[in-house]
Amino acid sequence: MTTLSPDSHIGRVSDNTIDRPGERAPLVLNMDTFGQVTATVCRVSEAEKAPFAWYVAFGASLGLLSLLGLCITYLIFTGVGVWGLNNPVMWAYDITNFVFWVGIGHAGTLISAILFLFRQKWRTGINRFAEAMTIFAVICAGTFPGIHVGRVWFAYWLFPIPNQMEMWPQFRSPLLWDVFAVSTYFTVSLLFWYTGMVPDLATLRDRAKGKVQQLGYGLFALGWRGSNRHWHRYERAYLLLAALSTPLVLSVHSVVSFDFATSQLPGWHTTIFPPYFVAGAIFSGFAMVVTLAVPARELFGLKDLITLRHLDNMNKVILVTGCMVGYAYSMEFFIAWYSGAMYEKFAFINRAFGQYWWAYLLMVSCNVITPQLFWSKRIRTSIPIMFVLSIIVNVGMWFERFVIIVSSLANDFLPSSWDLFTPTWVDIGTMVGAFGLFFTLFLLFCRYLPMIAMAEVKAVMPQADPHGAGAGKHGHGHAQGHDHAHGNH
Amino acid sequence: MATIVTTPSETQAREPAPKATRMYGLLAEFETPGDLMAAAEKCRDAGFKWWDCHTPFPVHGLDGAMGIKRTILPLLVFGAGATGTAAAFLLQTFTNSVGWTIWAGVWVTGYPFLISGKPAMSLPAFIPVIFELTILFSALACVKLMFLFNGLPQLYHPLFKSNRFRRASNDRFFIVIEARDPKFLPKKTEEFLKTLGPISVEMVED
Repeated sequence: MTTLSPDSHIGRVSDNTIDRPGERAPLVLNMDTFGQVTATVCRVSEAEKAPFAWYVAFGASLGLLSLLGLCITYLIFTGVGVWGLNNPVMWAYDITNFVFWVGIGHAGTLISAILFLFRQKWRTGINRFAEAMTIFAVICAGTFPGIHVGRVWFAYWLFPIPNQMEMWPQFRSPLLWDVFAVSTYFTVSLLFWYTGMVPDLATLRDRAKGKVQQLGYGLFALGWRGSNRHWHRYERAYLLLAALSTPLVLSVHSVVSFDFATSQLPGWHTTIFPPYFVAGAIFSGFAMVVTLAVPARELFGLKDLITLRHLDNMNKVILVTGCMVGYAYSMEFFIAWYSGAMYEKFAFINRAFGQYWWAYLLMVSCNVITPQLFWSKRIRTSIPIMFVLSIIVNVGMWFERFVIIVSSLANDFLPSSWDLFTPTWVDIGTMVGAFGLFFTLFLLFCRYLPMIAMAEVKAVMPQADPHGAGAGKHGHGHAQGHDHAHGNH
Repeated sequence: MATIVTTPSETQAREPAPKATRMYGLLAEFETPGDLMAAAEKCRDAGFKWWDCHTPFPVHGLDGAMGIKRTILPLLVFGAGATGTAAAFLLQTFTNSVGWTIWAGVWVTGYPFLISGKPAMSLPAFIPVIFELTILFSALACVKLMFLFNGLPQLYHPLFKSNRFRRASNDRFFIVIEARDPKFLPKKTEEFLKTLGPISVEMVED
């Protein structure tokens, strides 16, 4: 920040993906004042009508959401037999979807927590809606184990609640760790998201024209008035939340991977799973952020706040985590061979060349080969290409979980008990319907809540630096001490 | 330079005339963070106690310029985290390792599970839940205590009466000196604020 001179081309750069030595690339384009940031972000929720495309998308999402409701109702009234599960393959689409959505849910808190600790200021443009995405993805994820238990009315058995049967959950089971990990992750992500949003809700409250908006935003803004004594504690609390969320993000998918890794099943029983799952989660999460950010910035006119540089940076993260995932795939094969264990070797050969070879091929080409295109800056900064690639990555990541879960279960130790899994319409309907739930929540968020963390974006603008560009024009020679405390007026 | 706006209510309040309204304080508006910073240092040095800055975003270095003491929040959050650790340990050992009967709202009995020959007190298997509850307790305490110390939620505040103050969440920077400050003298304080280079100074009613 300090390297910027007050009259340098702040907000005058159109391509901020170019790095100039000794200068920080601007994170906000074509905006000189804080008021412009407020107006640009608030315009979305203050508009009388949303863009036409919003209504189309919202209608489609509601349709899919109804499909989800239908499938779940049918499942509850009939039983889990409506899924294509069979004796060896007792986990298939349900758990695949669970792991897929939890993975998507990793980008938000990673961006808000880990990038915050690393002082990556570009996070401010994307953190709010990435966090929202996290929360909605975890809601989708939580649905699946909830309905997978079969008798959903006993789902409360997952929690240690005193009961007349004197039964307790079994805390040595990784499935129970999952309950605690995912619910803690959801709670902490929600707190983080909400705490970050309070100052922006206050902005919406202060600008609201109608009584309903004033009351609604006012209630959730908790009476925030930007007091610096409040900001002081707020910033401390935010830093603490970031520090607490950082190990939490890394732990959640590690715990999810324990569901598999602590079992005895070949193809699951590997020590590489926790880091491999975490890398995959970040990979798919960032891909989903790109998938959502590209249309959102076009539709709501946020291109100056979610700039090409933000997208470029995210594509770099996708490239790096894609390489990690590729490394994990190959290391799994190496260890399977190196272990000398017959079942382990078979599981991996079967994974690549068995009945599910097409899923494996799809997974490798989507997750390892496709992201390699991001080595080229032209591709990293091309909106249409990155949009398509981000979708391909998410297709690949869905298949990764499918391959891990189903191929290992379908062919385990005893050939006589092998069986193949074929999804039913309920399996497919539930999977597609979950996207309806996700997009319904996300579209509502885009329409009614501040999609970009205004306060945080303003704080990283050069104008916000009281010693630099924001030093004012009244000529207080504002130095470190207070030697001029009774000075120049 | 700065235009000083005097609201009608302000002129009334400055006379010791019979009045129904009490004064909350004086509100000075600044255009840039730099202006605010310089003004905040002078307010601090003038010895005011009941005063505050209001900004749309946290201004870097303003805590020092205002002389704000560091919050003890981190210590309390550590305490909450330690409570979470202990609670998770006790919960798991009680429900899974011992057969005691205790009173926890109702009489509850623990159950020593025997799972694949592992010892009843198998600490390594309890670590993930201990970790999660440590984080959960800390995060909940962190947010709750932060808002509690800030006196929020407080949906009503005298400052919300000021129309100018609406920009405190947008693009303007404010200093407010409250009337209850021992050094507050309506006329003198207003003069003092005007020397700091504000865009406007106005009186806020309580």
